[in-house]
Amino acid sequence: MRKIEPVELDDLERLLINELQGGFPISQRPFYDVAMRLGSDEETVLTKISSLRERGVLSRFGPMYNAEKMGGGLTLAAISIPEDDFDRVNDIVNGFGEVAHNYKREHELNMWFVLATETPERVQQCCNEITEATGYQVYNMPKKQEFFIGLRFEA
Amino acid sequence: MALSEQDLLLLQAIQGGLPLHARPYEMVAQSIGMSEADVMQRLDYLQEIGVMKRLGVIVRHHELGYRCNGMCVWDIPNDRLEEIGQAFSAYDFVTLCYERPRRMPDWPYNLFCMIHGKDRDVVLEQAERLVRENGLEDIQRDVLFSTKRFKQRGAHYGMCSPAKIKEVVTCAK
Repeated sequence: MRKIEPVELDDLERLLINELQGGFPISQRPFYDVAMRLGSDEETVLTKISSLRERGVLSRFGPMYNAEKMGGGLTLAAISIPEDDFDRVNDIVNGFGEVAHNYKREHELNMWFVLATETPERVQQCCNEITEATGYQVYNMPKKQEFFIGLRFEA
Repeated sequence: MALSEQDLLLLQAIQGGLPLHARPYEMVAQSIGMSEADVMQRLDYLQEIGVMKRLGVIVRHHELGYRCNGMCVWDIPNDRLEEIGQAFSAYDFVTLCYERPRRMPDWPYNLFCMIHGKDRDVVLEQAERLVRENGLEDIQRDVLFSTKRFKQRGAHYGMCSPAKIKEVVTCAK
């Protein structure tokens, strides 16, 4: 298993991560506004965000769209794969552009991935194509109801 | 919901990320022939109507030390689902909570919640708290820890591709 060491962060970087997970100003000088709020300056904030991105702490600095409202499809899907065939299947699955993330988990169903597709119909199509390409059944488990989404991480 | 051709161009222009520049909206505006003021006004609007959930950052939680991500899955009787879903959402360690379809006979679970933690035992203890404090001792359940992450990208839903823009604009007319 690939080990990812936690990244060392300074105080301002922690503040920035915690603050910007809640939103980013829409204003003429948004980095300046953030800097003022955090007791820093515009140039430093820009440099820090750039560095956090380069170091892989941020996967994204920009907009989060609502797939469904934009007419797209979204689902969580799983496959049960024998250990000795896992790598082959993994390569195939990750080759699909619609696969947004993919985790190996400890269970009979050991591969779990999110599909984000251009249209709702494409979700099932994509599952079928993955089944065809890999030879394994894809369990499609789209969200039926959202109780809570507050995915934020304290740095 | 009325999205103009310009809105779609704007969404497409920023979907890869905002420019790291003192005046990011002005840079975006220049690239698509809009004014900075219009870009800001449209982004406010797109956020307000929920097409854009928010601007900001998405972290890679592994890099912050959250290496134990436990997907807790539950077979909750349908008549208790609402109550339990609401109850789970109130715990500060629950980061997501969704109802999803069962896939019988292989997958009996209909409620999913995520607990992201720095330590596996802590995540398991938190899952046990959910059991104890909500009277779920007799409920079939499991915690699936991730052992490996293969792919994490920001969702590029692709709906801002030129083809899609054409399609949406055509529909809007």
